[in-house]
Amino acid sequence: MPVPNSNAAFARKGSNVQKVPGAKSTKAATKKKDEEEAVETGTGWEEWSQGKALVRPPDQMELTEAELKEENTRILTANNPHAPQNIVRYSFKERSYKPINIVDQMAVHFVLEGNLVHQDSEEARKLGVKEGLAQEIATVDATAESEEEKAETSVNPAVDGGDVEEAGDEDRPDSAASRINKKEPKVTNQFNFSDRASQTLNNPMRDRICQTEPPPRSSFSATANQWEIYDAYVQELQKQEKNKEKQKGTHSHKDNGKSKKVMLMETQSEDVTKWTMASKILERTISQNTFDDIAQDFKYFEDASDEFREQEGTLLPLWKFQYDKAKTLSVTALCWNNKYQDLFAVGLGSYDFSRQGCGMLLFYSLKNPAFPEYIYPTSSGVMCLDIHVQYSHLVAVGFYNGCVAVYSLKEEGREPVYKSTAKTGKHTDPVWQVHWQSDDMDSNHNFYSVSSDGRVVSWTLVKNELVFTDIIRLTLTGAVSEGPKGAQAPSIASGTSFDFHKQIDYMFLVGTEEGKIHKCSKTYSSQFLETYDAHSMAVDTVKWNYFHPKVFVSCSSDWTVKIWDHTINTPMFVFDLQAAVGDVAWSPYSSTVFAAVTTDGTVHVFDLSVNKYEAICQQLVVDKKKTKLTHVEFNPIHPVIIVGDDRGYVTSFKLSPNLRKKPKAKKGHELPKGPEVEVAKMEKLLSLLREPDQNSG
Amino acid sequence: MGEEVEAQMKRIEATKGVIGTLVVDPDGVPIRSTLDQSMTLQYAGQLRQLVILARSAVRDIDPQNDLSALRVRSKSNEIIVVTALVYIQSPSKV
Repeated sequence: MPVPNSNAAFARKGSNVQKVPGAKSTKAATKKKDEEEAVETGTGWEEWSQGKALVRPPDQMELTEAELKEENTRILTANNPHAPQNIVRYSFKERSYKPINIVDQMAVHFVLEGNLVHQDSEEARKLGVKEGLAQEIATVDATAESEEEKAETSVNPAVDGGDVEEAGDEDRPDSAASRINKKEPKVTNQFNFSDRASQTLNNPMRDRICQTEPPPRSSFSATANQWEIYDAYVQELQKQEKNKEKQKGTHSHKDNGKSKKVMLMETQSEDVTKWTMASKILERTISQNTFDDIAQDFKYFEDASDEFREQEGTLLPLWKFQYDKAKTLSVTALCWNNKYQDLFAVGLGSYDFSRQGCGMLLFYSLKNPAFPEYIYPTSSGVMCLDIHVQYSHLVAVGFYNGCVAVYSLKEEGREPVYKSTAKTGKHTDPVWQVHWQSDDMDSNHNFYSVSSDGRVVSWTLVKNELVFTDIIRLTLTGAVSEGPKGAQAPSIASGTSFDFHKQIDYMFLVGTEEGKIHKCSKTYSSQFLETYDAHSMAVDTVKWNYFHPKVFVSCSSDWTVKIWDHTINTPMFVFDLQAAVGDVAWSPYSSTVFAAVTTDGTVHVFDLSVNKYEAICQQLVVDKKKTKLTHVEFNPIHPVIIVGDDRGYVTSFKLSPNLRKKPKAKKGHELPKGPEVEVAKMEKLLSLLREPDQNSG
Repeated sequence: MGEEVEAQMKRIEATKGVIGTLVVDPDGVPIRSTLDQSMTLQYAGQLRQLVILARSAVRDIDPQNDLSALRVRSKSNEIIVVTALVYIQSPSKV
């Protein structure tokens, strides 16, 4: 009890210069000092005189009244509080740890080694010897002698002669110690050591701490990859280029201005345009997932049953393409894109004379069957179209109202790039076929069109205009004249289809509504090179063979498909298909394979090298009574055909292996390849026919 | 051009088997979504990391290359990410 009190009092006295302990209690804002009050009464008179305010040290512990009143007892014992009470030692005898009860309670507070030596102890003697050796110079002899003498004359003190010696001798009989004592005053402290101490006032230590505001920190982490390094280099390059541009001068300012505007525009809009590419890819990915099995079939399925069927093949239906707004229209034209072989164009219109409305031009990709890639609505029904072989963004279209137009897929608008009008020589009747030609001498693009008004017109794209040139006028030769005076007025035939020779540029065939096919030349505008009496009804399609330069096929609504050699007036092969034939197409991979579609919904595939009389595949692909097939086209590279019908649907089919037969290699010969083979194949067939012809004719 | 893309997006969302679509800006904040809020945030957060990792992998091998699409097929779902677009589809066909 007294200890803390005194400490507290001391602390207070130390920290508070002004006040006196007792006074505070009376002033009594602080009840905490109650404890200490009782002790401090001696200096009471000071309180009243000074009346100073109670000041508590700021770091004094605050205690509640209860806490202040509680008594902390301290007991002083003889035990060392720091001594360990639970020492445990390992006992080898008992092979275990045993606690030791008796613990050394001695606490050493202070040790000071003394430097006093007892005079009789050995150390003292040694020290004395050392001191003696140290004083060799002055007193060595004397002491030695005296020591000897001491030894000798301890019995005979009168032997020595010197006074000193005598004096010393006198002392000799005394104890050695007295002798040493006599010498002690002479012996100075051999270390010349004296200890003097004084203590200066120690200044109280005080800590002063100063802390600056730490610099702002941010943690940074990065990885050093190949591409990070590459990006850094690219940025550097761009910076350098910008610097160069700035050096070039004012142009850069203008560009910056424009680019800033562009930036603003972008941020204002919802940046939806950025998504076009991404959303396209997305849609195609989803299509791939949705139509996964079809895609697999397209790529990998080969009808195994073809091995069992001798010659026949099948068509495996693949994707079906349809567009909502095209439901009322019929497919009037199909064309594959040469460059992007999954893209094809569909022309939609109507064959019905009475029901003529608007038309449409659609582009589909096999990768996205759900929705067309490009949509162009047209005011008049599309009757025919052709995609340029080299510039596959250019599409020539012929309309029901006789106009022709050229669309460019690169353009953003829905309008054709070029369009013919009444002034610029449009046809007066529906345009039944258009065909791109090679560029003319000025490298302008040009295409041909044929129409029921009897004209075959060449259109050239000169800058922004379509310039037309009548190539030929189709006339009805040998027609009955109806002129009043008997003069033969050649009436105009209606062209319904045409096709240009693959190799001989100037030669082309025109099929007419009367059923005749004329072989014409671009250079002769009034005369035909030859005329074939092909069909009894309008010739819907004529097509040159891709391989054999002499062969072409024609089809008509009179249910027949005929194959011709253009040097011979009569057809080589005639096939009756039991229904009006809408379209016929040669296959790009074989000179003897072709396909025909009929209005009863059947696709007929022929391979003349396999079977000269019958189709090797006759397949009903759509509902017989409802839909008529209007067009068919082979894909340039894939074994796929697309078939258009009069409901606006386009269906794709995969050709089974039997339909794609290549000639078998003869034993010992290499497998022949290339178009020569195809030509030879056809030639063989034709020669078989010709011989009987020649024989008969 | 914007309307076409909008129409395309709507078509995609309406396709059978598509659970939802999600468009995320370059910072990872969802711009447009057909999923509910919690799913949106979850997909956005998780896929962002995956796309960064995939892109890093592609570009590390060839810095001039860049990631264009990423498809993650799982037992129940397929997630298709096309650079800026995140898209979720169920592979089941009805």
